Amino acid sequence: MDLFEHQAKELFADYGIPVPKGIVAHTVEEVRAAAEQLTGRVVVKAQVKTGGRGKAGGVKVADDAADAVEKAQAILGMDIKGHTVHKVLVEEASAIAEEYYFSFLLDRANRTFLAICSAAGGMDIEEVAHTSPEKVAKVPVSAITGVDRDTAREIAVAGGLPEQSLDGAAELIEKLWCCFVDEDASLVEVNPMILSADGQVKALDGKVTLDDNASFRQTEHEAYADKAAEDPLEARAKEKDLNYVKLDGDVGIIGNGAGLVMSTLDVVAYAGEAFPGKPSPANFLDIGGGASAEVMAAGLEIILSDPSVKSIFVNVFGGITSCDAVANGIVAAFKLLESRGEAVTHPLVVRLDGNNAQLGRQILADAALPRVELVDTMDDAAKRAAELAAVGA
Amino acid sequence: MAIWLTENSKIIVQGMTGGEGTKHTRRMLASGARVVGGVNARKAGITHEGLPVFGTVKEAMEKTGADVSVIFVPPAFTKDAVKEAIDAEIPLCVVITEGVPVHDSTEFWAYAVAKGNKTRIIGPNCPGIASPGASNAGIIPADITTAGRIGLVSKSGTLTYQLMYELRDFGFSTAVGIGGDPVIGTTHIDALQAFQDDPGTDAIVMIGEIGGDAEERAAAYIEQHVTKPVVAYVAGFTAPEGKTMGHAGAIVSGSAGTAQAKKEALEKVGVRVGKTPSETARLMREIMQAR
Repeated sequence: MDLFEHQAKELFADYGIPVPKGIVAHTVEEVRAAAEQLTGRVVVKAQVKTGGRGKAGGVKVADDAADAVEKAQAILGMDIKGHTVHKVLVEEASAIAEEYYFSFLLDRANRTFLAICSAAGGMDIEEVAHTSPEKVAKVPVSAITGVDRDTAREIAVAGGLPEQSLDGAAELIEKLWCCFVDEDASLVEVNPMILSADGQVKALDGKVTLDDNASFRQTEHEAYADKAAEDPLEARAKEKDLNYVKLDGDVGIIGNGAGLVMSTLDVVAYAGEAFPGKPSPANFLDIGGGASAEVMAAGLEIILSDPSVKSIFVNVFGGITSCDAVANGIVAAFKLLESRGEAVTHPLVVRLDGNNAQLGRQILADAALPRVELVDTMDDAAKRAAELAAVGA
Repeated sequence: MAIWLTENSKIIVQGMTGGEGTKHTRRMLASGARVVGGVNARKAGITHEGLPVFGTVKEAMEKTGADVSVIFVPPAFTKDAVKEAIDAEIPLCVVITEGVPVHDSTEFWAYAVAKGNKTRIIGPNCPGIASPGASNAGIIPADITTAGRIGLVSKSGTLTYQLMYELRDFGFSTAVGIGGDPVIGTTHIDALQAFQDDPGTDAIVMIGEIGGDAEERAAAYIEQHVTKPVVAYVAGFTAPEGKTMGHAGAIVSGSAGTAQAKKEALEKVGVRVGKTPSETARLMREIMQAR
């Protein structure tokens, strides 16, 4: 889960990392109140979970409260790379002497953590990393030994930070490491990390990605979830513990195993290219190895409530769970949905392969479920599902 | 022949007394794997599924001669279970558990490295390793394929099963599910190297998916070191940016980790990449028939 800047900074503040004073505002009235409370020059910053905000015009300096309101009017509701701005952070303006870059992140390739530090921070860090990689220090950090004050200072030196910033930067970096570890983050980024005119090293921006796998021991992270921005279908699926991602197309997909479902999306998209309107997947839904009747019913229910779905493709490979169990699950799911008055009205293409595939197919054939078609191979089934979506059956 | 897991492998199960541990211990035994015991500190001394339960991995190894451990403990306890296996210097440790925090997997990997990499770790979040007809450590359904001369390495469980099934008439030397997490022990490259060196393997199927750059690095390795034919499949061409697709590691970040980039990197070094799992199986079929 990615955090908003204001959430990242609240978290940083909890770890004693200096951040500018700021107030979150959702309306221009709130912006005015925030600017009046902070007094003086303020910065109005769009709160969106994407980069390139500054360049898109989502960050503006305002001289006073009236100016802040004017700036906020332009920013609130703005679209930045597909993200609508619903709130801004109104922050006291900082007198910046220098801008640096700092982050801790997971280095997947080397299976270790990495500190990235550069004296050339700010909006163009990616460009700097590309054109002058020597200006960006990348220091591996062991998960066992971690970062103490001395290591933090070495990293700051490696990044080329000037003498007068080293003490402040080392302190900030050490605290940021604690935040990174204690919060189970896979990224903490401060860009820019600034040296202020009065000699303080501060986090002027903050980006944090938290590891969803750690939610069992980071129960307070749930409060960071952006419920408003969540797709309603994804939210409902989450409540039912389903692994569901909403996509733009019209073929509902149910499968078992993340890799097989990803593959199913691709195969449906290829197949769809041959049909009018180019039908494509409406969702990712992995019902896991088990594929029980309850989970199948819950999955079908979510997909049926997606108004853009025109056909459904159930793609199951019987490995640990054999296909007869899956077929019985589908039959039971239909009964369950019917009893709730949510009968399946869309055409449903089922492909069963693997353990006991024949028996599974027989069970479905015998059940003679309305609108269910059995197709033997994944490629042919994808074609049929795309075709059914194209004719809008 | 096979890699890493043979008919002589003796398997212990960490977390054998739990629900998943019990179910899959039974399945492994039924498939003919030599499971020789379990580990659970709180249940040491009991017999479960007809097998002795030991207090520690070390004790289980001493008493049974086990050289493979399969881990089914919940995510909160996985790090300690793997570190225990590393301390006991068991040669192979297969971590099935899904949902392990990445700080934990990064830590146990660093621990394995610090201890001299005496334990090969497969996973976490993986289906395990199977050498059909010889042994089976994990949850791969043993009966969907036969023993043969194709090697397979994959990030995905069900796609592994799919390919094993489609190519069951040729059969497999070993299939390794390396897992879909961002940090894993055994990589595509490790498996490619082992298959290249294995006289019992003629050709290799490699299955990748979006996220990270493991497939790109594997492509570079193949160009330099692999002379056996490799066919590949990559899942996730239609995955949207920034969304995790089921596996914790399956995410396209910005322009990094796309399926297209992985496919291009593999094709550039002469690896044929199937458009669908079935086409991938067809490509391998052509190679095996031409031999």
